[in-house]
Amino acid sequence: MTKAMTGAKMVVQALIDQGVDVVFGYPGGAVLPIYDEIFQQNSIKHVLVRHEQGAVHAAEGYARATGKTGVALVTSGPGATNAVTGLTDALMDSIPIVVLTGQVPTFMIGSDAFQECDTVGITRPCTKHNWLVKETDKLAPPLHEAFHVAASGRPGPVVIDIPKDVQFATGAYTEARQVETHYNPQVKGDIEMITELAKAMETAKRPIFYTGGGVINSGPAASQLLRELVAATGFPITSTLMGLGCYPASGENWVGMLGMHGLYEANMAMHDCDLMINIGARFDDRITGRLDAFSPGSKKAHIDIDASSINKVIKVDIPILGDVAHVLEDLLNVWKSRGRKTNKAEIGKWWSHINDWRKVDCLKFTQEGKVIKPQYALSRLEELTKKYDRYICTEVGQHQMWAAQYLGFEDPNRWMTSGGLGTMGFGCPASIGVQMGHPDALVINVAGEASWLMNMQEMGTAMQYNLPVKQFILNNERLGMVRQWQELLHGERYSSSWSESLPDFVKLAEAFGAKGIICDNPDDLDDAIMEMIHYDGPVLFDCLVEKHENCFPMIPSGKAHNEMLLGADADTANAIQAGGAVLV
Amino acid sequence: MSPLKIKKGSTSHSAYNLRPSFSDKVERHTLAILVENEPGVLSRVIGLFAGRGYNIDSLTVAEVDHLGHRSRITIVTSGTPQIIVQIKAQLGRIVDVHSVHDLTVEGASVERELALFKVTGTGDHRIEAIRLADIFRANVVDSTLESFVFEITGTSEKIDAFAELMQPLGLQEIARTGVAALSRGSLA
Repeated sequence: MTKAMTGAKMVVQALIDQGVDVVFGYPGGAVLPIYDEIFQQNSIKHVLVRHEQGAVHAAEGYARATGKTGVALVTSGPGATNAVTGLTDALMDSIPIVVLTGQVPTFMIGSDAFQECDTVGITRPCTKHNWLVKETDKLAPPLHEAFHVAASGRPGPVVIDIPKDVQFATGAYTEARQVETHYNPQVKGDIEMITELAKAMETAKRPIFYTGGGVINSGPAASQLLRELVAATGFPITSTLMGLGCYPASGENWVGMLGMHGLYEANMAMHDCDLMINIGARFDDRITGRLDAFSPGSKKAHIDIDASSINKVIKVDIPILGDVAHVLEDLLNVWKSRGRKTNKAEIGKWWSHINDWRKVDCLKFTQEGKVIKPQYALSRLEELTKKYDRYICTEVGQHQMWAAQYLGFEDPNRWMTSGGLGTMGFGCPASIGVQMGHPDALVINVAGEASWLMNMQEMGTAMQYNLPVKQFILNNERLGMVRQWQELLHGERYSSSWSESLPDFVKLAEAFGAKGIICDNPDDLDDAIMEMIHYDGPVLFDCLVEKHENCFPMIPSGKAHNEMLLGADADTANAIQAGGAVLV
Repeated sequence: MSPLKIKKGSTSHSAYNLRPSFSDKVERHTLAILVENEPGVLSRVIGLFAGRGYNIDSLTVAEVDHLGHRSRITIVTSGTPQIIVQIKAQLGRIVDVHSVHDLTVEGASVERELALFKVTGTGDHRIEAIRLADIFRANVVDSTLESFVFEITGTSEKIDAFAELMQPLGLQEIARTGVAALSRGSLA
C-alpha cells in the first residue's frame, strides 16, 4: 500500500490525491525540490504570482469563488513572512486554504540560516493549525490532514512547513484513507434547541434572519435551505458583508445588508425586532454598533459551528452549535411537522414598518454635473454586468462598501471581499484566483486606487496566464475611508490621506501589456464599461470620481443601529463623540 | 477532498452548557485539558491566553499517556463566567486539544500542588520552622546546619499559608509545581 518516494514527490502526489488542480506560488531555495516535481507533471497547474501575499490572496479568491480549498506554495523565510497577511485574512474570514512553506534543512533549523524563520511560530496565531514536518516518513499524513482541517468545522488556513532535506529524502507515502484524525467537529445541532427556535418562530411578531459568511461556507445546500426557509416563513432577511449572495438580492424578503454602512431598513429592523435568528454570523463590531443598545427587545437565536462564537459578545437565548445546512434542514423539518405556523397578521404589520423605512431610500444619490459619483459608477456597472456570469472582488475602503450597497448578488460565492481583516491589496490577486477557478466568467475587481496599488504587481500574473480580470478602479485620489473618518472625527485635518504622485493608470496598464481605459465623464461611462467587458484580456479601468464623496448611510462608531447618519445632508459635525472616537 | 479515517467517538465539540447565566463576578476555575503531545501544543495553549488577554494563575503540563501520546495541561485561570466559557470554547477549537474539562463546575475534584521551601536560620527560628513543618506534614529533603529544604504537598491555599509562616523564620526561596487536579469518583 505504501509507496516509497521523495518528500517533494509526496507533496505533489498528496495534492493530486486531494483533487487540487491549481497551486499559486513563488519558488525559492527551500522549495526547489517541490518545484522540480511540479515541472515534471501535468496534473496540477502552477500559477506564478509576483509576491507571496498575492499567492495567498489568489488561493483565497479561488477558495471563496469555488468552495474548494485553495493552495499556495512559498519558500522559507521571506516567502513565509510575506504569506502572513493572507493567512490572517483567511483566518478572520474562515476561508479554507493550505499553504505549503519551504524550510531550511532540519539540521540547520535554529542556526539563523539564510532565509530561515520560525514559520510555525510566526504563523501559529494566524492559522487554524500548522505543522512542521521533520521526517519524510511523517510527511504524507499532515499533507492529507491539512485539507481535512482546513475545510471541516469552521474553515480556515493551515500551514505545512517542510524542510528542504525532508523534500529530498525518500520515505513511505501514506494515502489519505490510511490517515487517522481525531478532528471531527459537530455538525448536527441539538434538536431540543432547534425545536425551541421553531416554537419562537411560530409566535414571533417581528422576526428577522441575520445571516453571515457561515451560510456560504456551509456550502450551496445551506443557501438553498435558507431560501426555502425564508420563502416558507415570509420573514425578512438581512445579511452581513460576508454573507451577501446566500439570499438573492432580488429576493422578495431581502432587506439589504446591515451594519456600519448597511441599509437603514436593515439596521432599523435589527434594532426593533423581537426575534433575531443569527445564521452563521458572529456579532462583529461592524454589525452590532453600541453593544448595550444592540437590538434591546429581541430574543436571539444563534446558529454557529464554532462554540467560541456563541455568547462571545452578545448573550443569546437559543444557542445552536452546528453546521448551517444541517441545522437548517432539521429546523425546516421540525417547523413543518409542527404545522408551518407563523404569526401572519403581526408579520404583515412588521413588513409595513419595514416598507416605511424603505421609503427613506437611504441609497439615493443625484448624479449631476460632469463629475462621476462613485455610486453612479457602481450603479452603471451593476446594470451593465448583472446579466453576465459575474464574480466581484473588492479591495478595502469606501469603494468596497459602495460595491456592497449598489451591486446585487443572486448566488453564494460570487462576492469576494476581505471582511474581517480588511486587507487593502486583497482584490487584485483574489481576482486572479477567481478567474483561475472560473475561466469563462466575467471577473471584476472593484478597487480604490490606493488599495489597488498595494498588490498591483499581480497584473503581471494576469498577463502571463491570459486571465481577463477587470480592475475597476474608483479613483478619488484619496484614501477615501481614512479621509471620511478624518472629516468626521479629526476636524477635517487630512493627515496623509492623499494619494499624491499617482501613476497614469492607462500607461501603467500598457506597460504590463494590458488594456487601460480612463473615464472621467458620466456621459461616457456606459460605453467605457462596455469596452472593458468586451475586451478579451486584463483591463485596468481608471474611473475618476468625485473626490470628497462620503459613504452613507453610516452608523457612527459608538452609536446604536437606530442612530444612523443618512446622507450628505446629515449633521456630521458631532457625529462621533469621545467614547466612540477610540473605536476603529 | 479525499476522506480521512475519523476515529470512532472522536469529536472536538464540548459538552459544557452554552446557555449559562452570566454574572460579573470574577471566578477561579481549574481546567484540565487533554492534548496531543505534539511540538508546539503548549505554545498554542498559552499563546491563546496571551493573545486574547486571559489570565493564567497556574499551569502544569506533562505527558500522562506515553503510548497514546497525550499530555495533560492543568490551568488555573480566573475571569467572569462569560470569559471562562469563552476560554473553554477557544481551547476546544485548537486542533490538538482532545478535551477540556472544567473541574470547578463538573462535580467535586481534588487539587494538589507540590512545593519546595528553602529556609535558613539557627536557634529558635530553626526549631520553630521544623515544628511548623511537622504540623503541615512537610518533609525535610535536604538539611545543613543552618538550612532546611522542605517538601510540601497540598492545596495552593495550604502552601500559601505555609509560606506566610515561614517568611519570618528565614524563608529564602520557593519552587512550586502549580496545580495538578483530578475529578473525584470513579468516572474519568
